[in-house]
Amino acid sequence: MRLEPKPAPSLAVTLLYPLAAVVATLLFTSLLVLAAGASPLSVFYLVAKGAAGSQFALLETLTRATPLIFTGLAVAVAFRAKLWNIGAEAQLYVGGIVTVVLGTGALPLPSVVLIPVIMVAAMAAGALLLLGPAVLKTRFGVDEVVTTLLLNFIVLLFVSMLLEGVLKDPMGLGWPQSQKVLAEAQLPRIIQGKRLHYGFVIAVVSAVVVWVIMKKTVLGYEMRAVGHNPEGARFVGIPVNRVLMKTALLSGGLAALAGFSEVSGLKGNLTLDLSPGYGYSGIVVAMLAMLNPLGVIASAIFVAGIFVGADAMSRVAKVPSYIADVMVATSLLTMVVAILLTRFRVKWR
Amino acid sequence: MDAFEILFTASFWVAAIRIASPLIFATMGELICERAGVLNLGIEGIMTAGAFAGWFTVYAGGDLWTGVLVAALAGAMFGLLHATLTVPLGLSQHVVGIGVTLLATSLTYFTYRLALPEVTSPPKIEPFQPLPIPGLSQIPIVGEALFSQTPLTYLAFITVAVVAWVLYRTPVGLAVRAAGENPSAVEAQGISVTAVRMGAVMVGSALMAVGGAFLTMSAFNSFFFQMINGRGWICIALVVFGSWRPGKALIGAILFAAFDAYQVRLQQMSGGIVPYQVFLMMPYALSILALILVARRATYPKALMIPYQKGER
Repeated sequence: MRLEPKPAPSLAVTLLYPLAAVVATLLFTSLLVLAAGASPLSVFYLVAKGAAGSQFALLETLTRATPLIFTGLAVAVAFRAKLWNIGAEAQLYVGGIVTVVLGTGALPLPSVVLIPVIMVAAMAAGALLLLGPAVLKTRFGVDEVVTTLLLNFIVLLFVSMLLEGVLKDPMGLGWPQSQKVLAEAQLPRIIQGKRLHYGFVIAVVSAVVVWVIMKKTVLGYEMRAVGHNPEGARFVGIPVNRVLMKTALLSGGLAALAGFSEVSGLKGNLTLDLSPGYGYSGIVVAMLAMLNPLGVIASAIFVAGIFVGADAMSRVAKVPSYIADVMVATSLLTMVVAILLTRFRVKWR
Repeated sequence: MDAFEILFTASFWVAAIRIASPLIFATMGELICERAGVLNLGIEGIMTAGAFAGWFTVYAGGDLWTGVLVAALAGAMFGLLHATLTVPLGLSQHVVGIGVTLLATSLTYFTYRLALPEVTSPPKIEPFQPLPIPGLSQIPIVGEALFSQTPLTYLAFITVAVVAWVLYRTPVGLAVRAAGENPSAVEAQGISVTAVRMGAVMVGSALMAVGGAFLTMSAFNSFFFQMINGRGWICIALVVFGSWRPGKALIGAILFAAFDAYQVRLQQMSGGIVPYQVFLMMPYALSILALILVARRATYPKALMIPYQKGER
């Protein structure tokens, strides 16, 4: 068996394979639904309805998509330069820590100043956290996959330590949670009385900004060059290590914004379950978007819809909501195969 | 007892060897994959699946060794998935590995909830019991530590010997090592690189799953969520630390486990002055430190993470 490059695929082919990937994902998860003794069609209908069947559902999906856009962008940026940042989860929590530290009264500033200050500080913290593994990679040749993964565990324990120590909410009744941030440090809601907050707007704007950086700036060009062929990039005079540093700063900063927006816009405080794996789901989001920053918006909404829809579905049907995680993971694997097949032809010989 | 005396107690070394056992299985599994040229980041999820599969088999009425076998088969199946995508299709080993971890973990949790919808505390099984080896287990400290363990621990040590023997003393091992260093040389011998790599990933994944099963069937007696807790990632660090050699990786795993057992005891002695989270961070921090120490002289298998296509140079 061998792979042969295809001539430029037509639009139909470019759409056909991803569509086939979705169908394959649905077929596989149908088997699990059948194993759970439910009817796949009605379960998928309930998931779709729970994700987008009402104004409430739709707003909930967008709310859930907000952190995923940030982590998806963080991964898309890093993976484009082949910097394997699997540590968005840790960077997210660091952003949450900074938001709580600065937002609970440390800085007596009005909202219009305080929120940007917190955002910048959170981004800086996340950026620094990823800078460590990036330096270890470029200076010592330590694989960043393992270091970023291990940092996820270290940072979560650090958060746990803070929540039982200096950041412990005295009124928390013993729960490991921080105090709520002040009203000045909270992102307003987009619609009064609904959970969707301005973090979503910031996320969309960030996606556009990242798209501009990737497509229209020298840095974006250099990042793509480094990701495509580091040796070649070095040969034509691109400072590969410095580009990787900048990539790390941008990626870590974006992931930290997820933590900022969750604390400041939605939860109000820091807890150990601030993120149900948004950092890891961000990898799926970025891959489904083929690392395109604008595509990340769509794929984050899609992935968020699956999670929100499955939660709603599992309350009605007797199918565990973990079906959502299975669907998301399966779609990642089917999609990378689909993308491959749009570019290459498999020859059996 | 002071912090130094701990090192000379038998119970400390018994614990260290017990903690090392799952790491030994999984590290050998990852080592086989990487020697053949495939980085397997599915390890964390495959260990989760193995932990569940082994435990659930016994819970459902199977005997313990059947549980180990089922875990190994489950691991091999995820290995087949990983290998199919990364070897003949040559997809990114990073992306596929993370995908396999996400899929194996979520499938495990889904199956657990499906099989046990209402339980709040996970049911227990009768796990492997210590099987002292007559004579040898009477030797003070060393004998107790090594020879009064459960059969699965003995199997872990046997696995290291078998892996080392196969890798360095058999034609199969030669093919595996060459597939990771110089795949076209393997092809020139008329051996399929694809077959060698896929086989290595499947066998390696089976070992990872047995490592996971050790936790539910020997170290503890039930399955709970997030119980692998980064052990898979630590094993990847151990492979680098052991410079891709079974013996060195074994020593690394035991050193690591000794450190882990030691921090637990220090934690009990510290009387709560230092937050317990600091102790829990140590194993992860130590793994990063170990990677930094060996990174400069690490010699990766030359074809690691490079897909191979027949006829290409």
